[in-house]
Amino acid sequence: MSLQRREFLGLGVAAGTAAFLAACGVPGGSSGSGATGPLRALFMKQAGYSESDINAMIGAFKAAYPKVPVEATFVAYEALHDKIVTSAAAGKFDVVLIDGQWLTEFATKKMIIDVTSRFKPDWKTTMLPVEEIVRYQDRDYAMPWVVGGKLFYYNKKLLADNGVAETDMKTWDGVLGAARTLKKKGAVKFPFVWSWAQAECVIVDYGSLLAAFGGRWQDDQGKFVFNTGGGVTALEWMKSTIDEGLTDPSSLKYIEDDVKRVLLQGQAAMVLNWDYVASAAKDPQQSKVVGDIVVTTSPIGPSGAGPACTGSSNLAITTGCERVDDAWNFVTFLASPAQQEAHPDNITPIWADSYSKASVLGDNPELAKAHGEQLKSVTDRPKVNNYNAISQVIQQQIQAALYGQQSPQAALDTAVEKANELATA
Amino acid sequence: MTGLVRQPTSAGTRAAPVPAGRPLRRAREGRYALALLTPALVVVFGIILYPLGRTLVLSFLDADSVVEAAYGFVGVRNYADLVTDPAFWQTVGRTAVFTVFSTGIELVVGVLLAQFLNQRIPGQWLFRTAVIVVWAVPTIVNANMWRWILNPNYGALNGLLLRLGLIDHYQDWIGGPGRALYVVAVVDAWKTIPLVAILLLAGMQTIPADIYEAAAIDGAGALRRFRHMTLPLLKPVIAVVIVLRTIEAFKVFDIIYIMTRGGPASGTTTIAFYAYLQAFSNQRFGLGSAIAFLTALFILALSLVYLRALRQTGSGR
Repeated sequence: MSLQRREFLGLGVAAGTAAFLAACGVPGGSSGSGATGPLRALFMKQAGYSESDINAMIGAFKAAYPKVPVEATFVAYEALHDKIVTSAAAGKFDVVLIDGQWLTEFATKKMIIDVTSRFKPDWKTTMLPVEEIVRYQDRDYAMPWVVGGKLFYYNKKLLADNGVAETDMKTWDGVLGAARTLKKKGAVKFPFVWSWAQAECVIVDYGSLLAAFGGRWQDDQGKFVFNTGGGVTALEWMKSTIDEGLTDPSSLKYIEDDVKRVLLQGQAAMVLNWDYVASAAKDPQQSKVVGDIVVTTSPIGPSGAGPACTGSSNLAITTGCERVDDAWNFVTFLASPAQQEAHPDNITPIWADSYSKASVLGDNPELAKAHGEQLKSVTDRPKVNNYNAISQVIQQQIQAALYGQQSPQAALDTAVEKANELATA
Repeated sequence: MTGLVRQPTSAGTRAAPVPAGRPLRRAREGRYALALLTPALVVVFGIILYPLGRTLVLSFLDADSVVEAAYGFVGVRNYADLVTDPAFWQTVGRTAVFTVFSTGIELVVGVLLAQFLNQRIPGQWLFRTAVIVVWAVPTIVNANMWRWILNPNYGALNGLLLRLGLIDHYQDWIGGPGRALYVVAVVDAWKTIPLVAILLLAGMQTIPADIYEAAAIDGAGALRRFRHMTLPLLKPVIAVVIVLRTIEAFKVFDIIYIMTRGGPASGTTTIAFYAYLQAFSNQRFGLGSAIAFLTALFILALSLVYLRALRQTGSGR
């Protein structure tokens, strides 16, 4: 088949025009959500349910709803927020997995829909008290899916071999003493490793310590005040563990996945991390310390409590979705007791009754126990509209203090000043 | 009107007068030329001019949501916020340091590598192929590879140096905010040096061998020949390399995104990464657009300066 000159030029113009139109996808663009294709869902592959768990759930959904095909996309946690934002204008996804911290931002910017009317009344009793995580101004904006606080992991063999009692792991004072002992005896070069990279993870760890040391993010009027009392003490404590050689300095570049690897290589004795580490610690392919890692609640601080910073992954329906009923069926199917109980290895369910079932407790009863106990004592990160911008400022200032560029007090003063400016911007 | 037009020839001389009786043909040729150019014009407009214009418009708006249809007009507030923000100027400074350091390494090592690749030695094709392979590695792969190589706890570099007995304990190669920028610049240079070397090699191969022979007969040593013959004759190619690499280095984003995400303590937050953070992480599209537009203006100015210098260099030959 040969093309005439005019046809060739016509094709060229059409291709050029298509390229031009494709380049016009800018904020404010119209929704391009397909009402007839597969339901498009965005997940993360790094923590929470594994990619294979999610694919198995999707397979079960396809079997139950054969007329609703699903197309899943997986990205790393660090890329998830920005992927949701950049794809929103084009309506690329119908269902998105969101961190609880982003709910306020996405709800106020109308990127996800209000699902309050779809919440079943009996969920208030059958579900763990997690609805608050998906609420903003008394409305529900997502289906809770994965909810928990950071847990405390320690290597019991390292402790026992060096005469440290496991009861010391109940308080941060005891943990600090244990770290000094391990360091002194040369059991491990750095007893602690943390996820203190300039990323959201440092906010989570600082948030846990902030609450344990009696500080708080905001006062009753919503003004940031973490540059006072326990907020400063917590950061000074963090810095002192670096100065004493108790914390691996690489922690300042590590996210949770790095911390998991170091712990499971036997190179650190005590860490804070999410629940998925518990099953990895028992997997010989991932862990050199199988049988040595204990998961428990976050230690108690000077405040008398051991709150852990919450983390949650929730399933939201995007504003551009044109098949809301299908999407809601999908998210409730994934979060259903049957699906959550079928995949208990990495994650503990959001349903209260699940914890009495042997299939859920399985090989990880200590994880379920620690998870349940920790949920009684948790602390949230600030719930503000432009959270990401505020979080970045705090991350930078915490790192400035940990690198010794500023004193903890000066760094937090700067962070609070900028955070309050951004909160009222 | 004379009814005749004169057209220049390729030799620059005047051609014979053309009768004006061919307007239809000329018009047809004009339309044909326009039709041929239209696809390219549409693409250039679509992927360069329209986004640039749209970015400029957004920079004057309070665009804070990706799905909002209408944004408030804020005039130059986004620009005013930027120029009064110390964090912005810190990113400009970091970007300048990154650009100078990275381009400098690429040029120095690139010249040396090109000189080596220009030698007649057995198996030269193998070296040239190896160099190209490094450049062909996608940036995202390169960044991830180096992130693992430099990892302080399980990185390959530490393992290698420890086995060789060159270090006695694992090192944190990326280091703190003061050093991280230079390390990332070196990683960026590692990937781009082959391109620079190949461009310079092409330039070296245009230099006639007989002038080197003549210089050698006159007693000029290798170093002297390199300094007084190779380098001066390579000036135009070096100028092109500097233009290309400066602009690319100033826009650096992907390697930062993968290796450090702007940390530690914002020590590697360059201007393109800062624009990305403001626009997509913080949904401050107006501010992000203002940063992007200022960056585009700066690169345009830089290009003009370089092109002018290049033209002077070319006419000076």
